[in-house]
Amino acid sequence: MLELRHRGGCPGPGGAVASPPREGEAAGGDHETESTSDKETDIDDRYGDLDSRLDSDIPEIPPSADRTPEILKRALSGLSSRWKNWWIRGILTLTMISLFFLIIYMGSFMLMLLVLSIQVKCFHEIITIGYRVYRSYDLPWFRTLSWYFLLCVNYFFYGETVADYFATFVQREEQLQFLIRYHRFISFALYLAGFCMFVLSLVKKHYRLQFYMFAWTHVTLLITVTQSHLVIQNLFEGMIWFLVPISSVICNDITAYLFGFFFGRTPLIKAAYVLSKYQYFVCPVEYRSDINSFVTECEPSELFQLQSYSLPSFLQAVLRQETVSMYPFQIHSIALSTFASLIGPFGGFFASGFKRAFKIKDFANTIPGHGGIMDRFDCQYLMATFVHVYITSFIRGPNPSKVLQQLLVLQPEQQLNIYKTLKTHLIEKGILQPTLKV
Amino acid sequence: MTELRQRAAREPDALLEDKELESEAKVDGETASDSESRVEPAPLPTSADDTPEVLNRALSNLSSRWKNWWVRGILTLAMIAFFFIIIYLGPMVLMMIVMCVQIKCFHEIITIGYNVYHSYDLPWFRTLSWYFLLCVNYFFYGETVTDYFFTLVQREEPLRILSKYHRFISFTLYLTGFCMFVLSLVKKHYRLQFYMFGWTHVTLLIVVTQSHLVIHNLFEGMIWFIVPISCVICNDIMAYMFGFFFGRTPLIKLSPKKTWEGFIGGFFATVVFGLLLSYVMSGYRYFVCPVEYNNDTNSFTVDCQPSDLFRLQEYNIPGVIQSVIGWKTVWMYPFQSHSVALSTFASLIGPFGGFFASGFKRAFKIKDFANTIPGHGGIMDRFDCQYLMATFVNVYIASFIRGPNPSKLIQQFLTLRPEQQLHIFNTLKSHLTDKGMLTAAADE
Repeated sequence: MLELRHRGGCPGPGGAVASPPREGEAAGGDHETESTSDKETDIDDRYGDLDSRLDSDIPEIPPSADRTPEILKRALSGLSSRWKNWWIRGILTLTMISLFFLIIYMGSFMLMLLVLSIQVKCFHEIITIGYRVYRSYDLPWFRTLSWYFLLCVNYFFYGETVADYFATFVQREEQLQFLIRYHRFISFALYLAGFCMFVLSLVKKHYRLQFYMFAWTHVTLLITVTQSHLVIQNLFEGMIWFLVPISSVICNDITAYLFGFFFGRTPLIKAAYVLSKYQYFVCPVEYRSDINSFVTECEPSELFQLQSYSLPSFLQAVLRQETVSMYPFQIHSIALSTFASLIGPFGGFFASGFKRAFKIKDFANTIPGHGGIMDRFDCQYLMATFVHVYITSFIRGPNPSKVLQQLLVLQPEQQLNIYKTLKTHLIEKGILQPTLKV
Repeated sequence: MTELRQRAAREPDALLEDKELESEAKVDGETASDSESRVEPAPLPTSADDTPEVLNRALSNLSSRWKNWWVRGILTLAMIAFFFIIIYLGPMVLMMIVMCVQIKCFHEIITIGYNVYHSYDLPWFRTLSWYFLLCVNYFFYGETVTDYFFTLVQREEPLRILSKYHRFISFTLYLTGFCMFVLSLVKKHYRLQFYMFGWTHVTLLIVVTQSHLVIHNLFEGMIWFIVPISCVICNDIMAYMFGFFFGRTPLIKLSPKKTWEGFIGGFFATVVFGLLLSYVMSGYRYFVCPVEYNNDTNSFTVDCQPSDLFRLQEYNIPGVIQSVIGWKTVWMYPFQSHSVALSTFASLIGPFGGFFASGFKRAFKIKDFANTIPGHGGIMDRFDCQYLMATFVNVYIASFIRGPNPSKLIQQFLTLRPEQQLHIFNTLKSHLTDKGMLTAAADE
């Protein structure tokens, strides 16, 4: 919520004149000075400011050029700069929201692609910041290696998660079978290749820088890639588990700025009520091999069936009703929105602290008036992880398609044993009728 | 370019050291000269002599070069003897040792971070680092314990609740640490704090996840723990020996003392060593059986019917070798072929872990990770190659040796909803019928 105010004072304190980055000088004097002539001057040492104690020793990264499209500029040329800013932000916000609705309409597969592109863009933004901080844009191999690691980690996660959902599709193709069976080994081998390339690319004068960029890449991967995959898993659980948390965070952002904490939650409960009615949002996403596409059709679980709750007496007097019909999901949505309001902002504070630490105003300049993609999504990440943990702990048990996939990988004798055990169990429970002839 | 020859030449510019076979010249002040000639950014005190007094006295009449060699040698033997004792004491003790090694490695790397960034007195930071270590360990131990001690966990009510909501509890603990970090950001020290946060997380990623993979390997059977570790140690020693006797061509600029001859010789020697070691160990159930928790005796047992991997089988020797050796067939354990894969990895890729650690030490201008073991440096110095190996073994086991655990699958199945169970059952049935394992008439 501080963000809007920060930008409202348009040329903010951080985006002022860019002081030319200091070169070569031992900043802060915290690191060694290369006085001996027989030691090579380590380029690492010239970046002493990397390790300096105080933030004030650090040069600022010059802000990127203004990317507001020409049409907007002309349309708003009459207004004062403060209002112009506000309008640009407003227009872009509406654009983003409509884009969001459009993609929801197009279905879960498009949503998955969207999440993937957001992830790649966030990764790119954070890595670019790293390059600028460390002035390491021309380190040998490094850009290639960062993207290679991104590819490896994505490959690993897609194999572990998405492949489950395509289990029936995969069973048909022999080569895919091979890839699935040895998936971990292949991913590990790919990662190792990148690791060895990194070690071989270590150049004498740039060791420290290279290690910094290696660590920077890995922490970024940890943050962006793992959490985007959690988002996709939430999505496959049912679009509602994707939409309600995201809307909670956005809503909290906007309303916390405008109206305050409490008011932010009520619209969410209403939204949850509205969405729970439609199978499109509520059903887990499944891949149907016969029609070769994703479908969201099912019998909604009890979570999404209206139930009558009797109100406690004091609320009865207020609302003049004895019972209320609610979806059980709405109770969960209260938990989700509470998290979004209370803990979600910490993700925003973390990103703010990060931007102050590295003296940047925005992560990038992708969206005029809003900054980079990462600026929009910083609070979402914590939320996505929370929703995933929430779902696995309280909502569903193990993933049935994963169980099936693992069953199909076992040895035939083991499969037969399990088949017999399952059959006995199902007959006992009355789920399966014992038949005399098949 | 071998260690002894370098010491003989007494290069003052001993910055060209390599991690595990480096001159432990700190004992006699060789390093003192080159570390004092520059102002260090991270003045890690490496000159304190940790060698116990008794050793110092015993070796006082030898020249400093040989004293060094003796100190290293004695400590090596001490470590190997210690290793054997722990193996004898059993899996529980091994697990504790792995845990201690992990904590010590974490501590060493974090201390380096503090020294690099002069951030020892940042508010809260030491507490937060240890807190994150605790959280991540809690998460991983919870997952391991739930898997391997399923029956025990189901019995005890508090444990059952802890295990059912395990992920949620771990996540909450982690989040608390995260929020504490955000609240502890201090105006002038943002960048430093973010650096230390990143440093802590990368260290956790490397150290903690891989030590838990080691424990998973251990539970698979002690042989999966002992053979990889021994292969890495053997490769170290053999590469050094070969390099000493035959070394001529440098291998990589990062570690100038490594040579191609040492590398290749070490490779062959390790493969042979691996074959012999696995032959010896595969005969004993103590090493070969998965570690299980016995409910009745409330302890760990290693007793089972060895799997096919550990039963002697006859292999035909190809004609070429038949003429040389004079045997037609040879009796081998199938595990020995796996041990070839493990030793190959240990010799070819394992050293990259060592080069990574060397690069790291050069980048931060430190000679050793710490000074824990006299003559050898820190714990991390000893274990840097092991980490890659542990991950490889774990991935290898998961991909090639064992599939998913059938009993675990049944457990998961039983928690599903009835219609999901029916769906899976029918799919399995059609799959088995397709494969011909199930005939219509037999399905009764």
